[in-house]
Amino acid sequence: MRIEVAHLARIEGHANLVVDAVSGELKECRLEIVESPRFFEGLLKGRHYSDVAPIIARICGVCSNSHTLVSLAATERALGIPISRQTRNLRRLLAYGEILQSHILQLYFMAVPDYLGVPSIFPLARSRRDLVSRALRLKKLANDICNVVGGRPVHPVTPCVGGFSALPQASALQGLRRQLVQALPDLEETVELFSSLPVPEFERETEYLSLGGGSDYPIFGDSIVSSDGICAPVAEYAATIEEYLVPHSTAKFARATRESYMVGPLARARNAFARLSPMARQVAAAMGLSASATNPYHSLLARLVEVIHCVEEAIHLIDAVLLAGLREEALRTPEGGGEGAAAIEAPRGTLFHAYGYDEKGCIETADCVIPTAQNLANIEADLRALVPSLLGLPEAELTRRLEMLVRAYDPCISCSTHLLKVEFV
Amino acid sequence: MKPRIGFFDFTGCEGCQLTVLNLEEEFLELLELVEIVEFREVMSGAAESLDIAFVEGSICRPQEVERLKAIRARSKTLVALGACADTAGVNALGHFRDLQQMRREIYGGDAPQLLTEPPRPLQAWVQVDHRVPGCPIDGREFLAVLQALLMGRPPELPSYSLCVECKLAELPCTFERDQVCLGPVTRAGCKALCIEAGDRCRGCRGVIDNPRSDPYYRILEEHGLCAEDILQELRTFNVLGKGKQCASK
Ligand code: SF4
Ligand code: SF4
Repeated sequence: MRIEVAHLARIEGHANLVVDAVSGELKECRLEIVESPRFFEGLLKGRHYSDVAPIIARICGVCSNSHTLVSLAATERALGIPISRQTRNLRRLLAYGEILQSHILQLYFMAVPDYLGVPSIFPLARSRRDLVSRALRLKKLANDICNVVGGRPVHPVTPCVGGFSALPQASALQGLRRQLVQALPDLEETVELFSSLPVPEFERETEYLSLGGGSDYPIFGDSIVSSDGICAPVAEYAATIEEYLVPHSTAKFARATRESYMVGPLARARNAFARLSPMARQVAAAMGLSASATNPYHSLLARLVEVIHCVEEAIHLIDAVLLAGLREEALRTPEGGGEGAAAIEAPRGTLFHAYGYDEKGCIETADCVIPTAQNLANIEADLRALVPSLLGLPEAELTRRLEMLVRAYDPCISCSTHLLKVEFV
Repeated sequence: MKPRIGFFDFTGCEGCQLTVLNLEEEFLELLELVEIVEFREVMSGAAESLDIAFVEGSICRPQEVERLKAIRARSKTLVALGACADTAGVNALGHFRDLQQMRREIYGGDAPQLLTEPPRPLQAWVQVDHRVPGCPIDGREFLAVLQALLMGRPPELPSYSLCVECKLAELPCTFERDQVCLGPVTRAGCKALCIEAGDRCRGCRGVIDNPRSDPYYRILEEHGLCAEDILQELRTFNVLGKGKQCASK
């Protein structure tokens, strides 16, 4: 039996799934990444620091805010530019907005159709108007956060090296706060919906990696931690994570302690369970998600728990920003060059950027390690472990289960084909 | 029967498709007017024929050319969605670098799956009937283009430069900060949102049809800038210049 799914649907970017089994035995099982590589880091060479974030954000529309924020952080570290508490808070709020936007899109547009047996959310616009309207309302809330803070939902325009080129209006932040509070009933119904979906059973323990340190749930962080005991500074990411090329992929694969590891919502929820907001922890308990979950399909639940966390925390962040009062801040012009690395927890997991700048502030070296690329080896390992137990199923059902597993990771292929390293030797 | 429309993506970031999904309420109304028959990012399944295909992304590989031609063959109207599809956008920056050398630098080798050609806009390979410019596209403009097509008249893009919109919005001119702005030659339609956000215009919507260079030189001189500064700036989104010029393939 051979299963080949070309251009998997309901994921970002292009990947094929190939499974080959002969008389009950698995011969081949791979996720082929067929998206064209774009050599983004190469394109940055010689560019001025003020152009770097706007260009590199174009790696990915769905996580353009994360790319922008981590790019700015890496540049600021390289060029020695401090940022204020206000900037830190607003950037965190923007990051929450993007995680919300991305998670809502995945949960409602990509996962729900699997469980309700429809090809997409569109046919539900008639039969389940309530569900679709709710999905769009929540998505709008997330977009509004990005809009108010970042200037537009995709490829933000206000965040810049040193801070923000324009600040949100206090009244707009107050408006967001109201919307966030009003979203609570929609969240309750979302939790109800997902509690009723039968999440497939499948356990496979792996290494779970995320940013660590600090007292908050990881978004920005200075250290990398893993369930296998990794605890390393972000600056040493290249020595901690090993990237390698495989013939069937235009994205690099990665490993740390074992042959594969997982990044993303489930890894974060496991590593920082105690730092989830109170409401998020309650929802986790109600849905049966724990700090020791080893079912990769539970990424779905972790995503929903993070949605709750982001909404609750965004409310607190807005309060903090408004209480301190918004202040215009002068942007500093850096002098000289330097090197720096930074990391962020993007919706799909830990994202690293590192740059080297020359004396004029122009790029000499650039490196990005992208979440989905780090997950690829783990997705394949999960598929290999899962397939033998499903070989008895009719082919269509087997294919559906495997696609669901791939989708549980919410892979973003557009992103991972830009996982590249430049070594100008 | 409702018009059948589809969304397709090639090499790009899917930010333009996301902008369509971000239309929220309008998107729901859209579902009443048209039938979305293909949209791989958010739906399974494929359609045999389409009335309108919206295509995002640049073309970099022979397989992509084949897929694009097949889409063209089954679509009555084909619209380039966003800068990558329209002018090759930021992807075109690759034209400045030797691809083989980049593969070596970045992947440490010349593995066959990494072979690509310099990114090109759709019109280098197939006939493009209409376009929605920008990186990402403007959701309202997408709706306007679609509305025109549904009503059977050709969609029109603003032919004047961004400076007009910028002046109407009474924003301070970027040049007053002695910074290059591409507003004078960039197609209007985005309401100068980057300038309003305190940034400058980087020209993501592409160059207007008849840019006037004389006044531009004068402004540059007045602010101690030169043509090279502008060219440098144009290199972010307009490496290939207007899409037309690279259609020869
Ligand atoms: S035009 Fe811009 S937003 Fe659209 S796909 Fe290309 S890079 Fe992404
Ligand atoms: S101001 Fe310029 S860069 Fe910004 S959206 Fe408009 S055309 Fe694009």
